[in-house]
Amino acid sequence: MGTLLELTNVHSYYGHIHALKGVSLHVNEGEIVTLIGSNGAGKSTTLRTISGMIHPKEGKVELAGENISNLDAHRIVTKGVGHVPEGRGIFPKLTVQENLDMGAYTVNDQKTIKDRMELVYQTFPRLKERVAQYGGTLSGGEQQMLAIGRGLMLNPRILMLDEPSMGLAPVLVDLIFDTIKKLNEQGTTILLVEQNALMALSIANRGYVLQTGSIVLTDDAAKLKKNEMVQKTYLGIE
Amino acid sequence: MKQIAANPVYKFLLFPVGQIILFALGASVILSLVTVLLAYLFKSNFIDFDLVERIMLILPQVIINGLTIGFVYSTIALGYTMVYGVLEFINFSHSEIFMVGGIVGIQLMAYFEHTGALATMNEYLVIALAIVLALIVSGSLAVIVERTAYKPLRGAPKLVPLISAIGMSFFLQDLVRLILSLTTGEFNVILPKFGTYDEFWKLAVPGMEDPLRIQIKSALIVGIAILMLVILNFLVNGTKVGKAIRAVAQDRPSASLMGINVNQIISITFLIGGALGGAAGVLFALKATKLDPFSGFFPGLKAFTSAVLGGIGNLTGALLGGLVLGLLESFAASYLGIFTNGAFGAEYKDIFAFAILIVVLIFRPSGLLGQTVGQKA
Ligand SMILES: Nc1ncnc2c1ncn2[C@@H]1O[C@H](COP(=O)(O)OP(=O)(O)OP(=O)(O)O)[C@@H](O)[C@H]1O
Ligand SMILES: [Mg+2]
Repeated sequence: MGTLLELTNVHSYYGHIHALKGVSLHVNEGEIVTLIGSNGAGKSTTLRTISGMIHPKEGKVELAGENISNLDAHRIVTKGVGHVPEGRGIFPKLTVQENLDMGAYTVNDQKTIKDRMELVYQTFPRLKERVAQYGGTLSGGEQQMLAIGRGLMLNPRILMLDEPSMGLAPVLVDLIFDTIKKLNEQGTTILLVEQNALMALSIANRGYVLQTGSIVLTDDAAKLKKNEMVQKTYLGIE
Repeated sequence: MKQIAANPVYKFLLFPVGQIILFALGASVILSLVTVLLAYLFKSNFIDFDLVERIMLILPQVIINGLTIGFVYSTIALGYTMVYGVLEFINFSHSEIFMVGGIVGIQLMAYFEHTGALATMNEYLVIALAIVLALIVSGSLAVIVERTAYKPLRGAPKLVPLISAIGMSFFLQDLVRLILSLTTGEFNVILPKFGTYDEFWKLAVPGMEDPLRIQIKSALIVGIAILMLVILNFLVNGTKVGKAIRAVAQDRPSASLMGINVNQIISITFLIGGALGGAAGVLFALKATKLDPFSGFFPGLKAFTSAVLGGIGNLTGALLGGLVLGLLESFAASYLGIFTNGAFGAEYKDIFAFAILIVVLIFRPSGLLGQTVGQKA
C-alpha cells in the first residue's frame, strides 16, 4: 500500500504564534492513523494545515505524491480530503438534509448523492427523524452525527476527524468508533484526532504523539498503548 | 401539508407571489386604516371640507404610487441585504451600481431613438432589452468593484472596506460623469418618449364614482419587480448555488471544507445583487424620466433604509421594508399637507419616513423581521 498523505517538516503559524514546528508524518492508503496530544499541542492545526484552511510557512503537504500545500481548501476537498472539524461547523440555518447536501457539494451524480444519504441515515437513524430540522436546533450529539454524516457524503479518499467523540454519551461513542472502523474496512483512509486516546489507539494501526507543535513519538498503535510515557500522560495510567 | 410545501410550483411560484401580495396588501391596508382613523379623529378641525372624503378620494392613487416606488426600493434593498448577509458589510457603492443600470438603460433607448428604430419597435421589447443590458452591466460592474475594492481588504477591520465602499461610490459617480461628458457632452440623461406606457388603464370599481386609474407604467414596474423577486427566491432557495450562498453566509470556513469556492460565491452574490440593482435602475428611470450620475444617492439611501427597516441580512425583510417605506413616503407626500392645512407639504415626506424608521428601530433594533440571509427567504 502506498503513502496517501505525507507531511514533511511542516511549520504553521497563527500570526506570530508558531503552532507547528516541523511536523513530519505520513498516512498509508487504507490505514487508520491517530494523532494524540494534550490541549494546545497542535492536533487541530495539523488537520487544518492538511485541509488548506491554513497554509504552511515551511515544509510541504503531499497527497498521493502531489504537493497540495498551497491549494485553497475547496480545491483540496475536490482531491478527496474530507475534514470534519473540531466544533462540528454545522450550518445552523440549513436543515439536516441541506447540511448533508452541502457535504456532497462537489459530487455531481444525483444517484451517488442519494445512495450516500441513505447510508448516512442508516448509520444515524436519529438524523432521518430530523431531516427538516435546522442544524442549529439539534442537540450537541446530534450535531456531531450530522458533522460526521456530512463528512461521509463526500466519500473522501481520506477522512480526517477532529475529536468525533467529544460530548457524546458512551453508547454513541461506540457507534461512532464502529462507524469509523466500518468505513475504513470499506476502503476509506482515516486520520483521527482524539481526546479519548485509549479508544483511538484501539482502532488505529499507527499513532503519532504531538507535543507543543512537534511529533515526539510514533509507533504502532498497540505498542503506543503499552508505552510508559503515553500511558502516564494520555491514558491516565500511573 | 408537507407535500404541498415541497411542491416546486408552490415553493417557487405560489408562495413567493402570495407573500409579496400579502405584504403589499397588508401594508397598504394598515396604513390606510391608520390614515382614515386619524381623519375621523381630526375631522372636526376642518370646516371648509370633509377631511375623510378628501382623504378617500385620492387614496387608491396614493397606494399605487407608494407600491410602485416601494417595489423599486425593495429590488435595490435586496442587493444591500444579500451582500450584508454574506459579508456583514454595507456595500455603499450599491447606489451607484443602481444608477449605472438606469443610465445604461436610458442610453440604450436613446440609441434606438437615434437610429430611428425606437418608433417602430415594440415598446415592451425596448424596455426588456434595456433591463437585460442593465442586468448585465450592473451585475458585472458590481463584481469588478468587489474584486478590486473589497476583496483585497477582506480580513481587515470592518471599517476599512466600508470606507473603501464610500470611496468607490464617489469614484463611480465621477467616472460616469466623465464618460457622459466625454461622449455626450452633457451629464443629464433623459428618457426618450416612446410607446403608450405612460397612459392609464381605467378600471370601473363597483361602489366608486370615478374609475380607478392605473398608469400602465406603474403596473409594469410592479410586475417586473415581482418577476425578479420570484426569480431571486428561486435562485436562493431552489438552486445549488443559492444553498451555497446561504452556507457561506452562515459559516465561511465550514463552507470551504464542503468544497465551496467561497470567493466565487461572494462574487456571485455581488453579481446577483448588482444585476437586481441595475434592473431597478431602469424601472426607476421609467418613473423619474431623467437621471444624472448623482441620481443613485437618494434611492440608494432609501433602499438601504428599507433593508434596515426589514432587518438587514433578511431577504424577506428587504421586500417588506421597501414596500413599507415606499408607502409611508407616498402617504406622507400626499396627506401631510392636507392634515396640517398646508403647514407641512410633500417636501417633508422624507423626514416623516425616516422618523418612522427611527421609531421602529428603537422598539425593534433588528428590524421588522430580524434574522439573516442564511435563513430561508
Ligand atoms: N485561530 C487561532 N489563532 C491563534 N492561535 C491559535 C488559533 N488556533 C489555535 N491557536 C493556537 O495554536 C496552538 C495549537 O492549537 P490547536 O487548536 O491545534 O490545539 P489542539 O492540539 O487541537 O488542542 P485541543 O486538544 O485543545 O483541541 C495553541 O497554542 C492555540 O492556542
Ligand atoms: Mg483541537
